[in-house]
Parts: sequence; C-alpha cells; structure tokens
Amino acid sequence: MLPEALEKELHRLVAAVPRPREAAVDVMYVLQRHYGYLCDEAMHCAARVLGMTTLELESLATFYDYLYRRPVGRYVIHVCDSVVCWMFHQDSIFDYLCRTLGVPPGGTSEDGLFTVLPAACIGNCHNAPTMLINGRFYDRLTPERIEAVLAELRQGIEEPVRCK
Amino acid sequence: MQVDMPQVLFKNRHLGRPATIDEYRAGGGYEALRATIGKRTPAEVLQLVLDADLRGRGGAGFPAGRKWQGVPVDHVGPRYVVINTDEMEPGTFKDRILVNADPHLVIEGIVLCAYSIGASEGVFFIRPSYEGDAVLIEQECRVARENGYLGKNILGTDFSFDVHVHRSAGRYICGEASAQIKAISGQRPNPRKGGPRTAVKGLWDCPTIVNNLETLANLPGIVRNGPQWFKSLARSATGSGTKLYSVSGQVAKPGCYELPIGVTIREIIFEHAGGMAPGKTFKTVIPGGASTPYLPESLLDLEMDFDPMRAAGQRFGTASLMVFDQGTCLVGATLSLIEFFARESCGWCTPCREGIPYIRELLRRLEGGEGTEEHIAMIQDMLPVLDAAYCAFAPGAAEPVRGLLTHFMDEVRAHITEKRCPFGNPPPSLRGKACGTRPIQFGPTPCPEDQCPI
Ligand code: SF4
Repeated sequence: MLPEALEKELHRLVAAVPRPREAAVDVMYVLQRHYGYLCDEAMHCAARVLGMTTLELESLATFYDYLYRRPVGRYVIHVCDSVVCWMFHQDSIFDYLCRTLGVPPGGTSEDGLFTVLPAACIGNCHNAPTMLINGRFYDRLTPERIEAVLAELRQGIEEPVRCK
Repeated sequence: MQVDMPQVLFKNRHLGRPATIDEYRAGGGYEALRATIGKRTPAEVLQLVLDADLRGRGGAGFPAGRKWQGVPVDHVGPRYVVINTDEMEPGTFKDRILVNADPHLVIEGIVLCAYSIGASEGVFFIRPSYEGDAVLIEQECRVARENGYLGKNILGTDFSFDVHVHRSAGRYICGEASAQIKAISGQRPNPRKGGPRTAVKGLWDCPTIVNNLETLANLPGIVRNGPQWFKSLARSATGSGTKLYSVSGQVAKPGCYELPIGVTIREIIFEHAGGMAPGKTFKTVIPGGASTPYLPESLLDLEMDFDPMRAAGQRFGTASLMVFDQGTCLVGATLSLIEFFARESCGWCTPCREGIPYIRELLRRLEGGEGTEEHIAMIQDMLPVLDAAYCAFAPGAAEPVRGLLTHFMDEVRAHITEKRCPFGNPPPSLRGKACGTRPIQFGPTPCPEDQCPI
C-alpha cells in the first residue's frame, strides 16, 4: 500500500495530461523517488495507476537512462563521457570515478552511496569536464575536485526508503 | 556576450539570470503576437515564415514553413506543437542557454507557430538534465497565462492554446521527431519509418509539428520585422537569420554565441571564441555537432550556412563547434564519439545496433596499437552499411569516422606503424565489467549481469 499522499500525487499527475499514458515517466519518477529504484512493487503500482501493463512499462523502465530498474545508490552520478569532456581528461573521469569508488560501470559502491553511470552529453560542454549528481551539475572537474565533491556528499546522507 | 553583432535571440541575455516578462516587453516582446492574433490570418503567418526562409535549427535544416504546410487543412480535431528541447548530442548546449536567457521569447514563438497551424496544445519536451529549465518554463508559462498570452482566449480573441512540459527520462534518440512523439505517448521511443509524416499523423494520431526550440524563437522577430529583415541578418547569399553557435573544446572562451548565418568558421573560433586556449595549436573542428565530419584547416574560411557547407562535403547540423588541438589524438576522439553512438543506439535496426559496435571495436584496436591496415578497410566497408539504417542516427555516427579517414589518415596509419598511440594515450579501457569472459556493454541491450549465460 502506498501512503495516501503519494497515491493522490500519482492520480494528480495522471489527471493533468490528456491521456494517462503520457504521465508514465512522471509516475515512474515519483515511485522511484519513493522506493529508491523501480522495484517490482513500484512497477505494479505504476501499471495500476496508469492503466498500462507492467510489460509496457518495463519496455520504458529498461530503456531510459534516468529510470532505474535495479537498486542504485543514494547518489547517482551521470558522468558525461562525450568527446569534449574526454579531450580535457583523456584518462577518463568515468574510469577515475569507477576506480576511486571501487565500482564497475553501472555499479554501486559498497557503502550503498554512489552509482556511476555513463551519460549522453549533459549539455554543459563549455564547462567540461562535467558530471551530474542527482540532477545537479558539477563542472571543470579534476581528480581533486571529484574527491572534494564525494567527501561533501558523504557528509549529508539521508536514509532512503527501500523495497523490502 | 557579443555586442558588435545583431543580437536577436540573445537581445535580453543577462549573465546568470533569465529576462523577466517586463524586460522582454520593454524591448518589444509580445508585440508580434498582438499584431497577429485575430489581425492576421494563419496563412499570412505561414507566408512570412516561408518568405523568411527559416530553416530548422535542430540539425536537419528543413524549412520550417514547408514543414507546417504539411498539416492537412481539412483536419478536424486537435493539432499539436511539440517543442523539441532534447539536445543530447556532444557539443550542443544552445537550447539550454536560450531558455535561460529569454523564456518569453520562446513562449511567444511557440504561440505564433500554434496560431499558424491551428494548434490547441503544445508539449514542451525536455531532457532530464535540464530539469532547471523545465521548472523555469513552467513558471514563465504561468506568468504568460496571467498576462493573457497563453491559455484560453489569448489577448481576448477566440484563439486558445496552452503548453505543458513533458519530462523525458533521457535517451538521445528521443530527439528524433517520430521517436519523441512515441516518448510523449508513453511508448518505447523507437523512430518510425515510412508512413505518414508527423505533420499529418503525430501525437495521438493528430497533426503535430515538432520544431526545435531555437527555430521557434526566431518567429517573433520574423513576424515583427518581416522576412526581408530576417534575411538581411545573414551574411551569406543564401542564408537567413542569426544562429546560436555552441563553441567548446580547446578554445580560450568556450560558450554560446549569437552570430549571423554565413559567418566563417575561422571567425567564430579565432575572433568570437577568443582563439585557441593558451599553448594550444589548432588541428581540426567538428563544425555541426557530433554527427558531422572533422573539418580540415584548409576549410576554415567556409561560411557556416546550410548550402555552402553541404557543397564542401560538410554539414551545418546544430552549428556546435568542437575544437581540437594538435595534441589531441583523433583516433581516440573518434573512439569516444563512437562509444557514445554505440551506447545511445535505440537498438531497433541491425545496421546500427551491430554496425556501430563493430566500428568501435576496430577503432579500439587501432587506438590501442593493435591495428592493421586491414582494419581500416574493414571500417571503410562498414560505413555504407550504417547508411542503410532505419533513421538518421547511424549515418550521423558514420560522419566523424568518414572525416577521420578522409582528412587524417596519416594519424590513423601512425598508430599502425608505431604500434601504439603516437599521442601517448593509454590503451582504451573496455567500458564494462568483466562478466565471465565478456564485459558489460552499455547500449541498447545491456548484458543482464545477474543472468549472465557465461
Ligand atoms: S538507426 Fe539506430 S537509432 Fe535509428 S532506428 Fe536504427 S537502431 Fe534505432
């Protein structure tokens, strides 16, 4: 059972668009924020609210970069690996993050805090190299700056709700 | 910021904040709308756009007016405008800067388009990393509504039109018009091939015009000042208007500049973007976004305009210039581009899904010093296969590779003879974790880690 306020929020989203399925991504975003990722329970809730099948939603949840069908960390790091960021850091910010956090690409650090994902260009090329963490831009990266950002994020952790 | 060039789209650009509705109106904002709704016919607006020869600023360069003409006049029922703000191509960030500079210019442009094609509803399609812009445009649409420029009975007339924001969950292919329409309607966003154009059958099977945000932002100027004025803004004989050029890479002042269509590439890089970054020497530039080829130094005086670029075997694209210096390995750069395309392929058709990773593997070998002359021939054989793909994505991915093999073959061969990257790049890492004997690859069909068959 979803909390009442959340259920209401989902129905508001569906009512705000001409056809329910237009709200599919929005509904999944809200459930993802609630559960931490799109677990099976979240997918069933989304299907019920949208009047779609879980299979239809599955084809979206597994396709899009910002929907997570598998557990992710508290902070999802979308690393821009476009050619502009690459040319400023040919050793690769992406590889550096994986190494420093001890994770494979797409993996989550052992403390459950960070997931590293490659991203299509995030539209911040004039400040390359850049990354996006939970929707916020971090630019002109160097290994030192990355370490500082990670340390800062480690300080301000809230425990997210998780699927059982 | 440019002061010596006519600023139309960036007229109200302030550092660090968007222009308010009052600032926009103070400079003549919304006057085009006042002079149009209920005073001109939709066909008159269309004629202005056709006469101005406004071409799409999102990459393909199709004339906007001709696209609008595709909407069937006898259609009964809703018509839609979709505002494409899904730029996810390496090097391109102009739409983000534009929304943040002058949101009401964009809104006025959208309403003018809607009026011309008789649309009742607009969908602002926006990518996830631009969430800040989504919030801004929602807020400014409210302001426009309160002032009578949007919503029911615009400016007291019987014309009603409203816009809402559709948030994407992020995939490069959503920038393609038919894929974008599927994305909005909650379907997997694979492009549609053949069949009716979106102008005839788009969102919810109704006529839909999908235009790039910058294209629409040109409309208030065209309607207010006329097609001749718009044409006179361009510097080239065949061009019209100004253009937002995103400049990135090894230049002194990377950023987004509004300059005439037809300005030379040399002028953009060496005057407006401040020349090369300190200590760097120019090697090449990708002039129109990631789906266009490298441009050799001998073509630096080429005019940035659709037709001259095409005549020179180049593409105007999104006019996003990525500048490379002598110290950057172009085999490595092309590998980076191809990694991007391989991962972002929607996976729907075989030439793209299989062909791009094949080229990636060959480039990886070349860059790592394990390449042979035969690998170059194999890449050359594969390039036309990409042209046989379902949408423009795969042919676009082939362009930088073609440019590399046409203009920088010496650099490719140096990798073969020296058996290493002559620029000292480390061997490229496999983007993925060893899973059995295979790495996970991000792409259209990621290897399911927990169900690995090996
Ligand atoms: S060319 Fe690539 S992106 Fe386009 S439909 Fe085929 S697989 Fe999808």
